[in-house]
Amino acid sequence: MTENSDSPGYKSHGHNSGVRVLLPRALVDLFPGSVGDVQLDARTVDELIHALDARWPGMRDRLVDTTPAIRRHLNVFVDGGRATLDTGLVPGTTVYILTAMSGG
Amino acid sequence: MTKSKSRRVLILIGTKKGAFIAESVDGRQTWNLKGPFCAAWPINHVYGDPATGTIYAGGGNEWFGPAVWKTTDCGATWTHSSAGLAYAEGEPPIKTVWSLARASDRLYAGVEPAGLFHSTDNGETWTHLSGLRDHPTRKDWQAGGGGLTLHTIVPHPSDDRQVWVGMSAVGVFHTADGGATWTPRNKGVRNDYMPEGQQYPEFGQCVHNIAIAPGDPDRLYQQNHCGMYRSDDGGQSWRNIGAGLPSTFGFPVAAHPRDAETVYLAPLNGDVLGRFMPDAQTAIWRSRDGGATWADLRQGLPQQNAYIGVLRQAMATDQLEPAGVYFGTSGGQLFASADEGETWSTVAQHLPSITSIETLVIDD
Repeated sequence: MTENSDSPGYKSHGHNSGVRVLLPRALVDLFPGSVGDVQLDARTVDELIHALDARWPGMRDRLVDTTPAIRRHLNVFVDGGRATLDTGLVPGTTVYILTAMSGG
Repeated sequence: MTKSKSRRVLILIGTKKGAFIAESVDGRQTWNLKGPFCAAWPINHVYGDPATGTIYAGGGNEWFGPAVWKTTDCGATWTHSSAGLAYAEGEPPIKTVWSLARASDRLYAGVEPAGLFHSTDNGETWTHLSGLRDHPTRKDWQAGGGGLTLHTIVPHPSDDRQVWVGMSAVGVFHTADGGATWTPRNKGVRNDYMPEGQQYPEFGQCVHNIAIAPGDPDRLYQQNHCGMYRSDDGGQSWRNIGAGLPSTFGFPVAAHPRDAETVYLAPLNGDVLGRFMPDAQTAIWRSRDGGATWADLRQGLPQQNAYIGVLRQAMATDQLEPAGVYFGTSGGQLFASADEGETWSTVAQHLPSITSIETLVIDD
């Protein structure tokens, strides 16, 4: 599902002033009402995840452990590379949050 | 006497691929299975609160970490939370929730790595009871084969300040002040994996499961990695009651709902012999005299080529008369008895590996 500026709760911040984040289906399914493609204002991955949590309370716990770090079996990609919580974001960036291949 | 035919009986099933609920509305004759719930996460324990009918499921997902799930409509809808279910920043992250229990207004959650949390808002938010992990022995706690888990929580039935917990391979610990301070309660329990002369340590025993006897809170039963034990003083001392059993090894223990002398076990052949039922024949063992003597119960259970294992939280009784007894296997079979274990029927054969069984009886 894709969110656009017509969606309820969309925070208007001018074109390209925010970052785009794509969430994995398995995460979206845990939070009724959440969407897999969202625009947010954030300067770091950590801020991004806090912003997600503000929209869908509890989401940060699913993405970040108390190390604190991105959970071991999740990957956050920014500009084609694996990111950490401290990775910086510039407006217009697309952030991919992906589940790693794991389990059995 | 409790009439069983006018009530809904639920078997709450934790599996490695979600929670399931089997329900009977005809006096435990037939069962309707629903699930998988909880997004098919690995669920270690599904617990039903008899006071409210709320069902909680504790587990953890490789991707998204630990959580306690909750349904107030018998599985139709679920929510989940892990708010506060975390150690301090910098400590090892919690992998999963292992056990749940309720005492008065407190809901408890035991986790891996071993620690205890409680919630006073029905699982919405959690608070760490740090006294257990502050215990001076913690630096020497060692993980068992299943991890360093707090897998068993036994609240005192009338004194909210008292709780026993079982941790592998740490042993039984007890609090008398609501979780602020704890004492090991493992006296008399042997650890076969220590050198000669050191086999009765203060802690380090591999407790597998504990059950409290109804009507007698000083009476505890313990299935240990190294034998079956009973305590008559709230765990301050234990004595072996394994004579007459086919092995010293097994995982669950379940108490009868009304008779303190009746207890059920699922002995396996041994920790190095495959951990399945002896001679590949399925049997639950029952004592009617507090462990002095044991009898095997196998009518209706597979007796050929049954390489069955039963995990530590995967056996339970219900509150009905006569008592129901239930166990799930690591191969996904679920067996039920509506007559205290005398005869058995198969409820399900092809579930994911079953981690826990509990029951909930609901009056309509």
